[in-house]
Amino acid sequence: MAQRLRVRYAKRGRLRFTSHRDISRAVERAVRRAGIPVAFSAGFTPHPKISYAGAAPTGVASEAEYLEIGVTRPCDPEGLRAGLDASLPPGLDVLDVVEARAGSLADRLEGSDWELRLPGADAGLATVAVEKFLAADLVEVERLTKKGMRRFDARGAVLSLAVLEGTEGTERTAGQTPGRSCVILRMVVRHATPAVRPDDVLTGLRLVADFAPPSPPEVTRLAQGPLDASTGEPADPFDLDRDPTRGGEPGLTERVVGDL
Amino acid sequence: MSVESLFPRLEPLLPKVQKPIQYVGGELNSTVKDWDDAQVRWALMYPDAYEVGLPNQGVQILYEILNELPETLAERTYAVWPDLEALMRSEGVPQFTVDAHRPVRAFDVLGLSFSTELGYTNMLTALDLAGIPLRAADRGEDDPIVLAGGHAAFNPEPIADFLDAAVLGDGEQIAIAITEVIREWKAEGRPGGRDGLLMRLAESGGVYVPKFYDVEYHPDGRIRRVAPNRPGVPWRVHKHTVMDLDEWPYPKKPLVPLAETVHERFSVEIFRGCTRGCRFCQAGMITRPVRERSIETIGDMVEAGLRESGFNEVGLLSLSSADHSEIGEVAKGLADRYDGTQTGLSLPSTRVDAFNIDLANEFSRNGRRSGLTFAPEGGSERMRKVINKMVSEEDLIRTVTTAYGQGWRQVKLYFMCGLPTETDEDVLGIADLAKKVIKAGREATGSRDIRCTVSIGGFVPKPHTPFQWAAQCEADVVDRRLSALKAALRGDKEYGKAIGYRYHDGKPSIVEGLLSRGDRRVGEVIRAVWAAGGRFDGWSEHFSYERWMRCAAETGIDIDWYTVREREENEVLPWDHLDAGLDREWLWQDWQDALGEGEVEDCRWTPCYDCGVCPTMGTEIQIGPTGKKLLPLTVL
Repeated sequence: MAQRLRVRYAKRGRLRFTSHRDISRAVERAVRRAGIPVAFSAGFTPHPKISYAGAAPTGVASEAEYLEIGVTRPCDPEGLRAGLDASLPPGLDVLDVVEARAGSLADRLEGSDWELRLPGADAGLATVAVEKFLAADLVEVERLTKKGMRRFDARGAVLSLAVLEGTEGTERTAGQTPGRSCVILRMVVRHATPAVRPDDVLTGLRLVADFAPPSPPEVTRLAQGPLDASTGEPADPFDLDRDPTRGGEPGLTERVVGDL
Repeated sequence: MSVESLFPRLEPLLPKVQKPIQYVGGELNSTVKDWDDAQVRWALMYPDAYEVGLPNQGVQILYEILNELPETLAERTYAVWPDLEALMRSEGVPQFTVDAHRPVRAFDVLGLSFSTELGYTNMLTALDLAGIPLRAADRGEDDPIVLAGGHAAFNPEPIADFLDAAVLGDGEQIAIAITEVIREWKAEGRPGGRDGLLMRLAESGGVYVPKFYDVEYHPDGRIRRVAPNRPGVPWRVHKHTVMDLDEWPYPKKPLVPLAETVHERFSVEIFRGCTRGCRFCQAGMITRPVRERSIETIGDMVEAGLRESGFNEVGLLSLSSADHSEIGEVAKGLADRYDGTQTGLSLPSTRVDAFNIDLANEFSRNGRRSGLTFAPEGGSERMRKVINKMVSEEDLIRTVTTAYGQGWRQVKLYFMCGLPTETDEDVLGIADLAKKVIKAGREATGSRDIRCTVSIGGFVPKPHTPFQWAAQCEADVVDRRLSALKAALRGDKEYGKAIGYRYHDGKPSIVEGLLSRGDRRVGEVIRAVWAAGGRFDGWSEHFSYERWMRCAAETGIDIDWYTVREREENEVLPWDHLDAGLDREWLWQDWQDALGEGEVEDCRWTPCYDCGVCPTMGTEIQIGPTGKKLLPLTVL
């Protein structure tokens, strides 16, 4: 393997309904269509060397998904980005590629910045629920996981949680008619085990204040990366690959979030 | 009149259903055309779940051909699972296409491709969800023409009441011709309304419009005659045959789904038709004559298909792929071209033949060497003569010995149970055969690490085959024979553990038999089963034999009369007015030859035996060799 490349991609619009397995098949095919010289594992059934870190759940849109590709000869990151992007269906969009330097990408993904649009929800009730949730030390929720029903705290991992107002429906989530106002929850959540997902926080809001939005939320992951000590927000995980001397200052992530 | 996307109304339902990705479209190489720019609009449906329907070659080919036409658009729709169906009903969301999520009822044509009769109830669900009346007689000027194609459409009588029209045979050219008829009819201001259009289609002799034919019955229930009920409608409707596959190299841009589907590969049809003459095989009878795609076109299609799709497996499809006159060159050429690229090649449907081991070795060069599959179909020499599957026990043993000797560890053998004249001994013969296979394999390899799997399915007599007159075997007889075979395999101390056994019970075959050889009266049972909740009858977890039996009893349909009853030579069969090209007298003679255990050779290599297809249809056998070779691909 000559080189490892790290890829940030988005999962947008109706393609947010892809599962992790769907994406991995799509990426393998796109890699072949784009003619990327992907490395294969040795053995009886060789697999392309593509690994995924911190994938968003099925149904959740994301502006910050990450994968790593091993290639057999060095590739120009921008060329690979353009080639892979053109070979993936619209909605799986490749945003940024860097050559991997040091360390593990997965280890850098310490937390995520989430946005939840809640069509039809009441802003006043949402504000009260968020205040109650933040005031609690512990909010235990239950979720069915692969290991069966698990009970865990949804409060501790939530670093920030705020109620905003915006309009319903975005390019990122779907083709809903934009325009109607709706409640937006914005939260930074630390990655933990078991993972606290945005819907766990929603469950928590229901438990503390009986807050239940009338229709399913449109969830988007805006960023994920190392948690910045001063701002409490995820920074660009590629900073260390671009410049190993830099720490976790806000970089590209900040700019992209501002664009949304 | 423009048509709004249903997606904003569908979307809130998707987080609540299993595998929502199957409903969102957006596949690589899918096409969304402007609604208002199109004169003729087709909704194409494969009436099964997306994971089964998406890879279907017929739908993909027609989708691409129709979308290449100017002022024509084609979109796809599939059967929705019961979880989404319930939500669509409660929220009032109609049946939609996955391409642009347009309502199916807004299209000019709803074209359904039936590979199997078990999709009939799914068609009714789709019509009902679309807001299209189930019965053709109840449809109005704003409803699409509901048109069936595919192999099951060679006897569309059981669904005749639900169809406006049906076409037999290859769809490429007739789909374009129908588009042209509709375009003209609309341009002229729709003269004669819906019936005016149907009449134009029927007059051509290439489209069957069931309502223009009346069926008369004898007092005992047999059909007296089927006759046109208005002037200008031909007595018989003929099948369509594409005569130069090289001129129709579709799919060029295969649909690549995001969702997981049953075939994750790029498939190229290397020839159409089969003249091996296996008497049970409807596909072999109705797709004659053999028309090969040339080695060069195959090579070009594989190259383009892989480039456009990114698939890492190629399937070379046909009814008996090793019979292509240049299959050796195709296999070697492709294996050379894709050497070292992790591209797998597969060759489904091969005969029991030592030559095929060489082919398989070539095909597995760039991929895994897992298992080989052969289909002797009958367990005894006598049985194989009845069905005209000319494979001797010697051939089979020699072939598997070679396979095991060259490193293959697993051999799969396909059989059928319930064949005409079959006895318990014929089925038990399968156990003897399987044991001999393992014995030969152990001798050839000196190892006990080899396996053989016996897969066995129930035989269903099909229209347009020599067995169309045969009595279907009763389900409990099939079940008894399958149990006896299981005991014979399991009870064997020496070989039992090396032999796997896969089978299905005989009941679903009876329902398939009813739908295969049924007439118009069977439609009422289909509707009743659907109304009672029947969905996805091809899926064992959804299929209910009891529901079919109950609904048949309630509608006064005698299932035995349709299935286990043998027909006389002069009985009018429900599909006699539909012409697959096969001479009825030849079919009857072949049925008599079957009973006399007489074999028929393949007409590709021996003189014509007058099945009737070529002279009736104006077609001829098209085979190589061309003498051409596949050259290495140049890397630019």
